[in-house]
Amino acid sequence: MIRNFVRAALVSLGLIAGSASAEEPFIVVQSTTSTQNSGLFDYILPWFEAETGIDVRVVAVGTGQAIRNAINGDGDVLLVHATADEEQFVKDGWGVERFDVMYNDFVLVGPKSDPAKVKGGSDIVAALTAVSEAAVPFASRGDDSGTHKAEMRHWGDAGVDPTAESGTWYRETGSGMGATLNVASGMDAYALTDRATWESFGNRGNLEVLVEGDPRLFNQYGVILVNPEKHAGVRAAAGQRFIDWLIGPDGQTAIEAFKLNGNQLFFPNAK
Amino acid sequence: MQGFASEFNTAIALILNGDPELWAIVLLSLKVSVFAVLISALIGMPVGAALAVSRFPGRRILIVLMNALMGFPPVVVGLLVYLMLSRSGPLGVLELLYTPTAMIIAQVVLVTPIVAALTRQVVEMLAEEYSEQLRSLGVSRLASVPVLLWDARLALVTALLAGFGRAIAEVGAVIIVGGNINHVTRVMTTTIALETSKGNLALALALGAILIGIAVAVNAMVSTLSLRAEREGLRHA
Repeated sequence: MIRNFVRAALVSLGLIAGSASAEEPFIVVQSTTSTQNSGLFDYILPWFEAETGIDVRVVAVGTGQAIRNAINGDGDVLLVHATADEEQFVKDGWGVERFDVMYNDFVLVGPKSDPAKVKGGSDIVAALTAVSEAAVPFASRGDDSGTHKAEMRHWGDAGVDPTAESGTWYRETGSGMGATLNVASGMDAYALTDRATWESFGNRGNLEVLVEGDPRLFNQYGVILVNPEKHAGVRAAAGQRFIDWLIGPDGQTAIEAFKLNGNQLFFPNAK
Repeated sequence: MQGFASEFNTAIALILNGDPELWAIVLLSLKVSVFAVLISALIGMPVGAALAVSRFPGRRILIVLMNALMGFPPVVVGLLVYLMLSRSGPLGVLELLYTPTAMIIAQVVLVTPIVAALTRQVVEMLAEEYSEQLRSLGVSRLASVPVLLWDARLALVTALLAGFGRAIAEVGAVIIVGGNINHVTRVMTTTIALETSKGNLALALALGAILIGIAVAVNAMVSTLSLRAEREGLRHA
């Protein structure tokens, strides 16, 4: 009886696995939470899938983790936003070639009461300096993500080492953008966020955009095929097809057409 | 909180209106966790029972270890399974990462110690009770395992439910090895995590209510079944 039971269990297990991996071709895209949480992928992927029959499976994590997962070969395409790291990824041989896809910008959000008095400014470095001088709560990703790297760059330009104040006014959440905004909303803290996540975020509480428009807040997304010479399992043909679509006219038009609350969140800029 | 309450009601209405995508997520959650518990039972029950009746040096240490494993952090299990299944890991060629099978594997690792530890406890008590009878019949210790498991079956249902509770409520492991991929590996708990991160707290809470509802329904169903079985047993006795 037990043997039959084991057999039945194994057969059904095979069915579950089979239904997930066989049949239609698919690729795994390692990407960031901002592209997923904003709904961009839900909007543009059906077009690609209808055209090619290739199912795109998106794993949304921070840029740092996405790059590490891609180095391990656990993805066919990498779509993230930390240009320097992406170039290093290709240089080290993990990726084939990097292409610009789209951009948007980062914004500094904070409580309406604005204790650091930065509202209306467009100089992110001056704003962060003011936050550090006022020693008011600032919620940081603290997770080696693209947004975290950008934030650290601006602190560096401001000549401030916020990690020295970690645990006092500088709070490192070690989590994704949404989770960090939840924390900021809960403690009326300042935070640096990409605009897409902010526009689609539903728990703003007292937070609002305080600083925007600094050219240094530019946020570029790039796409890279994971090098099949490093990992034989990489679905290179399907992955390349996705990249070609994304940086081609159809993909770029789809990105441009995606709007949330009437606002365009990503601006295509493939060359 | 007025806005939150009305938002929560809207979310509940959305859910009760039978959104097919949502029910696919619920179904996948159940599928993954039920399979994980069944496999854990096949491994954990014989191991637990054998440990209950056998005597060998190091047995106590093994029991302590097994009990400790009941508190194994899911994130660590997720990480270990990820490292095994990653393309650069030893089992990478199986291409199981980011599939429901990977999630089942992670949950089996989490649930098996619970089933084994609870089985060990139940069977050990029963074995003591039966010891004279078994000895007089000349049944060896290991040979008595099937009998003891059968007689302890009602108590063992609770062990399985405890395991199911751990499996269905767990998020840390399945989000790492499943990747929370829409329509492929997105389950109740990872959906709740996602909606929370989007700041859709009311929707996340409504989904949580559904998850609790499922847990209650499964427990009620199993306890009804085992109660009926108990009555049947008494009638035959």
